[in-house]
Formats: sequence, C-alpha cells, structure tokens
Amino acid sequence: MANAMQKGGSRSEGRLLSAILIVAICLTLAPVLRLFVEGITHQGSPSLSLAADVLAQPSTLSALRHSLVTAGFGTLLSVLIGSAFAFLVALTDLRAKAALVFCLMIPMMIPPQITALSWTQIMGPSSVLLKTIGLAPPLGAPQPLYSAEGIILLLGIQHMSIIFLTLRAGLRAIPQEVVEAARISGARGLRTWWQVVMPLTLPSLAAGTAITFVTALGNFGIPAMLGIPAGYATLPTLVYQKLAGMGTSVLAEVSVLAMLIGAVAVVGILTQRYFQKRQRVYLVGSTSRPLAIPLGRARLPVEILLWAVVFVILVLPVLGLLATSLVPAYGVPLRLDTITLASWTEVLFRQPVTMRAFVNSFGLALGAAAVLMTICLPLAWLMARNPTRLASLFDTLLDLPYALPGVVLSIAMILLLINLPFTEATLYGTIWIIFFAYLARFFAVMFRPVQASLQQLDPAMGEAAQSVGASLFQRLRDVILPLSAPAAAAGAILVFLTAFNELTVSALLWSSGTETLGVVIFNLDDSGETAMASALAMTIVAVVMGLMIAIQLLSHRFPKGVVPWQT
Amino acid sequence: MADISLSSVGKSFAGAPALHDITTHFRDGEFVALLGPSGCGKTTLLRLLAGFEMPSTGTIRIGDSDMADAAAGRMVPPENRNIGFVFQSYALWPHMNVRRNVSYPLEIRRLPKADIAARTLAALEATGLEPYADRMPSDLSGGQRQRVALARCLVSDPDAVLLDEPLANLDVALRASMQGVFTDFHKRTGATMVYVTHDQAEAMAMADRIAVMDHGQIRQFDTPRTLYERPRSKFVAEFVGRGTVVPLRDVQMSGAGLQARALGARIAVQSSPDTATVSHVCLRPENLTISEVGDLRAKVARVTYLGGRYLLETVAACGTCLLAETRAKFEVGSQLGLTIDTPWAFAED
Repeated sequence: MANAMQKGGSRSEGRLLSAILIVAICLTLAPVLRLFVEGITHQGSPSLSLAADVLAQPSTLSALRHSLVTAGFGTLLSVLIGSAFAFLVALTDLRAKAALVFCLMIPMMIPPQITALSWTQIMGPSSVLLKTIGLAPPLGAPQPLYSAEGIILLLGIQHMSIIFLTLRAGLRAIPQEVVEAARISGARGLRTWWQVVMPLTLPSLAAGTAITFVTALGNFGIPAMLGIPAGYATLPTLVYQKLAGMGTSVLAEVSVLAMLIGAVAVVGILTQRYFQKRQRVYLVGSTSRPLAIPLGRARLPVEILLWAVVFVILVLPVLGLLATSLVPAYGVPLRLDTITLASWTEVLFRQPVTMRAFVNSFGLALGAAAVLMTICLPLAWLMARNPTRLASLFDTLLDLPYALPGVVLSIAMILLLINLPFTEATLYGTIWIIFFAYLARFFAVMFRPVQASLQQLDPAMGEAAQSVGASLFQRLRDVILPLSAPAAAAGAILVFLTAFNELTVSALLWSSGTETLGVVIFNLDDSGETAMASALAMTIVAVVMGLMIAIQLLSHRFPKGVVPWQT
Repeated sequence: MADISLSSVGKSFAGAPALHDITTHFRDGEFVALLGPSGCGKTTLLRLLAGFEMPSTGTIRIGDSDMADAAAGRMVPPENRNIGFVFQSYALWPHMNVRRNVSYPLEIRRLPKADIAARTLAALEATGLEPYADRMPSDLSGGQRQRVALARCLVSDPDAVLLDEPLANLDVALRASMQGVFTDFHKRTGATMVYVTHDQAEAMAMADRIAVMDHGQIRQFDTPRTLYERPRSKFVAEFVGRGTVVPLRDVQMSGAGLQARALGARIAVQSSPDTATVSHVCLRPENLTISEVGDLRAKVARVTYLGGRYLLETVAACGTCLLAETRAKFEVGSQLGLTIDTPWAFAED
C-alpha cells in the first residue's frame, strides 16, 4: 500500500480550499473594495473633496430624499400586506395554503420593470384593458402611477413576498408547545397572539423589514419606469441618467452616489443581521406540527378576501399586459375584430435586437449558473469541513454583492474592469463585464442553498469514502456531488431565473450588441412600443412561471432550506 | 493484518486537551474496546487511528508503517491507510444501492470487474445481505444498514477495523444479535479491531482487552475479567461493574496476605503482588455475605429484583452505601449483618 507521508491531515483539501477561495473573493469582494477606494480618493491620493462636492449638490439631496421616502413607505406597505398574509397563513387553518404561498412568491420573481409595465397597463387613459371595458379615464388625464405614490405602491407589492417569507419562517420556528403552554395557562385567542406569538416573531419581522428596505432602496426598474416620466429621480435612477447622458466622464461622481446608496444599504443589512441573530437564540423545542388556530365561521370570508387580494396584485396586471400585447396599436380597444398577434410575432421573430437579447440573456444566465455551480459546490463543502478564518470572513461578506443595490455593483464593476491592470484592454462595453457582474451578484443565490444542503450532510459520508481509499477528487465526484446535486440544481435554476430577466445591473453595463432582455423591455417601453414591450414581458412571465413550477414540482427532492419559498 | 502502536500520542482542539500522552500497543488480530464516559477522548483516539485527525504530539504505527508523526508534522491520509471504519450513523451513501455501497472500495482500487463482482458477493454473503443487494439504504432496517457498513469494510480486506459506537442507534434486542455478528466477523477475518463504546456490557461481551479511558487518558488496559476483579483505581472499580470503594486503615502483613480495617471491621484483603501499598478496597456484591453474625450492621434502603435474585442497597452504620445480592427477599428498613470476604485492594492517591 502507498505510504507517502503528508503534511497535515487534509493538505489536499486545504490547498484546494485556498485556491477556490481566492477565485471567489476576486469575483465577489474585489469590485466592492475597488468602489470603496474610489470613493475616498481623488486622482490617486486620499481625498474626500469630490465626495463633499457631490453630496452638496441639490440633485443629490433631492434624489436621496426621494429614495428614502419611496423605499420607506414602500417597505411600510410591504410590511402591512406581507405580515397580514404571513400571520394568517402560518397560524390559522386556512385551506390551500401551498397554492397561496406559491402565488405570493410570484411578485418577487417577476422582474420589477415588468411589474411596473403591467400596472401601467391597467391604469391611466390609454389602458387597453380599461378601454375595452369602457372604464378608461378621458384622454389627457394623467397616468396616476407616474408619481411618488405610484412608486411606493408598486415597491410595496413587489417586496411584500420578502416580509411574508421571513415572517412565516419565524412563525414556523415557534414551537407548538409555547402556544399550548399559553393556552393551558388560560390565555385566549388574540391574547395568545399579542402576548406570546408577536414578541417571539418581532426579531424576524424586524430583520425582514430591514432587508425589504434595502431591496426597495436598490430597486431600479420601478422608479425608472414610473419616476423618469414624472421627473422624479431616486438615487439609482439619478446614477443611471448621469451615466447614460454623459458616459464615463462622470464615473468619479457617480461612484460617490453609489457609495451613498451603499452606505444606507449597509446600515439596513447590519440591522437585518442583528435581528436575525437574536431570532436564533431562544427558540428551542419541537416544531414538528405547524400551528393551526381554527378561524371558525370567519374562515371562508377571510379566504375570499385573501384570494381577492392575490387576484388584484397578480392576475389583474397580467391581464392588462396580455390585453395590451394583443392590440394592433397602443390605445386601440381590444375587441374580437382588433385582436392580433402582430406584436408577438414582431418582437419575438422579427426584431433583431430582441433575438440578440434573448441569446445574450440566455447565454449570460446559463453561463453564470454553470460557472457558479462549479465554484460553489466544492467551495461550500470544503468550507464546511475546514473552517479557516479567511473562510468564515468570506462567509459573512459573500452576501454583500447581492444585498447591495445593483447600481452600486454596476459602478463597482465599471471601475474594476474599465482598465484591466497591466494592459490597455478594457472589458467595459463588452458582454464580459455583464457576465462578471452576474457572477458577483448571484454568487450568494447559488452558494446559500448548496451550503444549506451540505451542512445537513453527515460528515461521515465523506469520511466513509476516505476510509475506503477514495481521493479528494473521487470523494467530490462520487459522494458529495450526487448528494448535493438537487440543491445545486435548485440554486442553478434560481440563478438562471434571476439573471435571465435582470435589469438593474445590465442597465448600466449594456452597449449596442450586448442588450439583455431587461434592457430591451425598458427601451421598448421608453420609445413608445408598449404593445411589443408587453408581448415580450408576457413571454418572460411565462418562462419565469414555468421554471418556478418546475422547482415546485421537484421540491420534495430538495433538502430543507433549498427552495427559497419553502423555508 | 497488523498491530497498532501509539507512542506519547496527545491531541488538543483549539488548545483544549482531548488526549494526553497515550502510549499503548494493540496486538495483531486483537479485539480491543475503548470504554469510557462521554467526553473521555475515546472517539478522538479512534479518529486519530483512522487519520481523520492529526495528533498534536507522538507517533502512531500500524503494522510496519508510520502513520502519523506529530514532531515531523506528517501523516498518511485516511485514504492511504487501508483501514476499515464503521460509523455510528452507518454513513451509507444514500444514492448508491447496497451492492454499489459494498463494491465502491474495490472500484477505488481499480480491481478487474470480475474480481469486484466476486468479492462483493462474498462480502454480501458473509453478512447475510445477498437478498438485499439491489435495495437502496433507505429501504433497510437499522440492523441491515449496520451489516452493509460492515460488509463495506470487510470487502477491501483492511489491516484494521475501527468501529465508532456502531450499536448506539439500535434497539436492545438488535444490539445483542449484532454483537454476535461482530464477534463472528472478528473470528472469521482475524482482523485487528478497535471498538469504541460507552456500554460496559457490550465491551465485556466482545473484547479481548478493554482500555478504560477517562479525561483523555487510558486508566487501565486489561482483559474484562481482570478489570472487574482487579481494578487498579477507584475510577475503574466504580466504572466497571457494581460495587463500593471504601478507604482502608491500618494495613498490615499477616502471614501470606494483607489485613486492614475497613468500615470499622478488620478484614483480609488481596492485592497485586507488585503494589507496595494499598489504600482503598472495592466491595463488590460477591464480596459481601449476609449473615446474622456479620461484623458490619446495615439497614436495607432499596430492593431491586434482578430475576432469580435481589439486589439490596444497604446503608452501613457509618453512612456508606453497600450493595449485596441475595436469593431471599428482604423488606426495606430491615437490619442485617454483612461479612466482608477478601475484597480487592489497590492504591489510589
């Protein structure tokens, strides 16, 4: 038998871990670091003068105010809708909960620019749906969504899934015994809810609120589609307008703006982490049976109300989108004699830019999913087995590129890749900058499900293979890969789903020839081709729904914690 | 087959010592049990032998090869040690059927296909698993899963088999029959086996020698009978078997044997000839005879029926609790006399 002596217990594992970790850090954290350096230097030397200049401009201050107002009130709305649904679904004996949960997840998976587009199709004077049923306001009436209130409404709807998910997870972690003990002690109905359930869920509600605020703050699609026509700029749209109008000459200036958004976001992220930690501390006990407080006679009315809300926020906008996509020209009412698929065929089969965007988005999403799977699978396993200090530091920071607003990451990417070190080459304007940005942004989307599944894997699985003589590569290939494949597949589908219709990152990074689907919808709507934009948006909604249903159908094969809406 | 030598082996985790300066030798073909309370370091010792952990000090040899040398900072990784390891959780690969689980070690060794098939079949037959060869591990009962784990380790003909509390997850009846499977396996293969357990009955039933461990050290390494009859410390006397350890006074040579005063009574004790002084004595139930004229008076505090006989927990006049066994039933609270019959004495600091 081979008796080559080795240094250390798992030298091969340690070496591989360091190698992959360096790649991962370069991909995810280097851009963020680069942006930070840019913000505190001016022409190569440490200086805050530019930062002070930019922060003193009136446009900066008004955009900051707009951002805080829309994100703040939008979050409030998300909390109201999301927590009402979460309490009712998690605590009571409602029927068809699984269907309800699935429907409530859809707003989060539909890209924001499509949400905005679909809502504008059911309101305002040129709504095809309203015209068809004769309820359209007179021509010349303003589109009510082109306002701060409109942005707040749609941000609230878009992100209520986040509140719903975190709160429901928190509620499900409350042991049944805690509620039973309260009842034995004589607490009844709402008193149990107010004095026992509420205090126990406050940390998860606070954590959910914080992360919702960060997400709303970074949202680009909704304020771009609704705010730009109304002249109402938030920080992300201000960055977009400056960069689109004046190109990279204002790079230093927009870096300061990006830092400003990033700073507000980091406060939110830290708040979320603080509350998330507190949630974990004191909940012990079995959580095998979910709570099911009987609603009695109120059950049917409550169910009708909940499904009505789902209809209004989900089905109605999609109907509006569908109606608009079926008319020959925007503004014509939909009747049997006007119905046409012209916009669909035009946008799907004739427009070269859409074809190109399909190829680009498909390739980018698929490539990002494949590369991230290759990196994350061994990395997650090695990090679980060899907890080094660098690895745990990376673990706490790797969410940053995903949690930070997309505009911030885009600016960081431009700074990092506009001049490749030691060469004259640039990646700015090529498809590669979008690709690298996707790798950084969606790293956590891939990594976390794989990590969750590998943490549940008995370490003896790998050790058993090791004891019968399997090398590191053989262990990864024969044991770890097959056992974590479902989680990796779920992660890959999620990355694909999010990357496929992403707009925020590519809006700042695209150039002619490297358009993504998100950019094309945005540009079509911007140039008045609303019918074509709607047809394209409908196609994307169909793809998203199809993939979500695929995950749902396979969900029983995934370990706990892998499918994001089944935590 | 191979013997195992440890020399000054120690291990600490993040500065906290788990094993202390262990020097010992497991003979070729021996069935050794590592016995001790939880946290005594027995599993750590086993994982050092397997190579999952690197010792902080000392050297480990298996057969003719150095496996780990802390001073040189080198060790042979587990995959190159040719050992078998049976896990408490069985660690069967859930995505492979029983046959593939068993044949995997041979695939790793790149044996010819026909060889793999033949040896896998032999291992399955030896463990009575042939009818289940095409099932998935999830379709097997606990005992069957443990047999698969055993077959997987048998198939590659390892130099030593290491077992980490393999019966802890099984129910009592199955445990007894699996003990038989392990002893048969040991007899047939003649492999050196190291078996970790916290259950002394299990260790007594199977092992040739038992290493009793406590606080990262081996307190005594002997045959089950020696451990029970001739413990060398208070810890071993109390951990193995029933009994009470009491201090001795006025130890004197008298003729061939030793005499001393225990619990106020003058008794004859036996001890190891190489022990110069003795300080404590272990009173097992078989050292205590109930008689009206006994030199110790005690009161019955609790009676437990053991099947065919009773275990009496009695309290002596000085407050010491003594255990006695009888065929006759006594009532709680009754007084009786006890005679002490040449118990085992040892030195304890």
